[in-house]
Amino acid sequence: MDTMRERFAAVTSRLLDEDPRLAVVLADIGADGFADAARRHPERVVNVGIREQLLVGVGGGLALAGLRPVLHTFASFLVERPFEQLKLDFGHQGTGGVLVSAGASYDWPSGGFTHMAPGDVALLDTLDDWTVHVPGHPDEAETLLREAAAAGDDKVYVRLSVQVNEMPRPVGGAGFDTVREGRRGVVVAVGPMLDSVLAATEGLDVTVLYATTVRPFDGRALRAAAGAAGSSDVVLVEPYLAGTSTRHANDALADRPHRVLGLGVGRQELRHYGQLAEHLAAHGLDPQGLRARITGFLGA
Amino acid sequence: MTTTATDPTAAGSLPGSRGFDELPRLMGLMTGDEKHGPAATSTLDALWVLYDRVLRVSPATAADPDRDRFLLSKGHGPMAYYAVLAAKGFFPTDWLPGFGTYDSPLGHHPDRTLVPGVEIGSGSLGHGLPLAVGTALGLRAQGRTGPAVWVLIGDAELDEGSNHEALAFAGPAGLDRLHTLVIDNSSATHGWRGGIASRFEAAGWSATTVDGRDHRALYEAFRAPHPGRPHAVVARVEPKAPARQTAPARAA
Repeated sequence: MDTMRERFAAVTSRLLDEDPRLAVVLADIGADGFADAARRHPERVVNVGIREQLLVGVGGGLALAGLRPVLHTFASFLVERPFEQLKLDFGHQGTGGVLVSAGASYDWPSGGFTHMAPGDVALLDTLDDWTVHVPGHPDEAETLLREAAAAGDDKVYVRLSVQVNEMPRPVGGAGFDTVREGRRGVVVAVGPMLDSVLAATEGLDVTVLYATTVRPFDGRALRAAAGAAGSSDVVLVEPYLAGTSTRHANDALADRPHRVLGLGVGRQELRHYGQLAEHLAAHGLDPQGLRARITGFLGA
Repeated sequence: MTTTATDPTAAGSLPGSRGFDELPRLMGLMTGDEKHGPAATSTLDALWVLYDRVLRVSPATAADPDRDRFLLSKGHGPMAYYAVLAAKGFFPTDWLPGFGTYDSPLGHHPDRTLVPGVEIGSGSLGHGLPLAVGTALGLRAQGRTGPAVWVLIGDAELDEGSNHEALAFAGPAGLDRLHTLVIDNSSATHGWRGGIASRFEAAGWSATTVDGRDHRALYEAFRAPHPGRPHAVVARVEPKAPARQTAPARAA
């Protein structure tokens, strides 16, 4: 199986052949994957060098000229470093584009904290009207990337990761998908957290929702699931900063007594290298850690 | 410092458009004062010459994909910009007295979604040149080789690192439809040793420095050929204020 990033380069290269409005902007990272596309479309595959502020500014300028820009680099350099550019060069200008990140929260743990971005979605949450896709499988990434490229002038963030679920699920549209039904509460698994959540809730009488499009947050599905379960106890399991979507869950359930537990990556910098699995365990996001906290919260 | 014959392709030939002499009165509508400090008027002459004789854009073509683009990156002190746009008929002059009020589209920094003819919302420094680079790339990618892209920045704005990312990229990329107008009123805290134009030239741009109050010199600099490379015009005007000598914070 290819990685999400490899799929991104392959799919987007094909989309460049099909859609004359599409343009890709890179800042050296990921440029190899677009080498062929750059030969075919030298004016629509732009590598600005190691210049992340310019990456976003150029994307904004391409959008002003009427193109659909796709911007790619690691999440820390795409969302965090040039954050004011995202805020002003797209939102304030009234234009849109597609941000495609790699690296996620700790895809390269031995690279250390400089290449970790667990806060990216929370940071984008301070801006209005960004669609956020968090695929859990390369096939899902392909579907969501195609959707993002075709989404008019919308502002879309696609968060790619090497952390994946074993099997793809049907995705697309904006809604959460019901994977399991139960009566003791609702667990929302975001993207690559699904397999661990399913393992953690094995044998528990809980509903599991699968979310790959987290913004807009599907409050309607959450309300319906809570209603069907007869319980407004909700656990959110996100592969980025813990509590990122808690506000949205609270808003969705504001008219009824409810409890929300937001699980995800802790704020404290671990200062450990190692492997992805070790970081998941350290943040309590492996199946054992999740099961302990989910059963503790739901009394299930 | 007189304007000469108007370029017939430019907005200046439009019926009903106003002349340079009208601009002080128009600026006065925004402030109630026809005497303005150098900061407010530092861009006035360069903007006028651009809109009157160089840019191929008018109220009638403000949405034409093949129009020339002017991006005001230095969004601070936009009165001169608004006065020029009003003089050229992009919006009614009776918008001017509302400057900065709640229901006015004219803020102390411009918003492209509120003001006809304004290409970018600006104010935060260091955004215009990168956006202009992207706009030039986008036009080229669509085969639109006609439109020129102009961006106006200040000499202090050139301090922003984002501008240097854009400046360093645009030269080697050969963006010959890109033009940067730097209004140099000596407001950069540390100044630019060797001169601002040298920074552009080192990055492969064509660059020239002129008196920012001399319309003929500005026009010639704006129209100078620059095959295969982007072009920068540094327009020197009187210093904004002797801020470096006064050090008000420490004196207080």
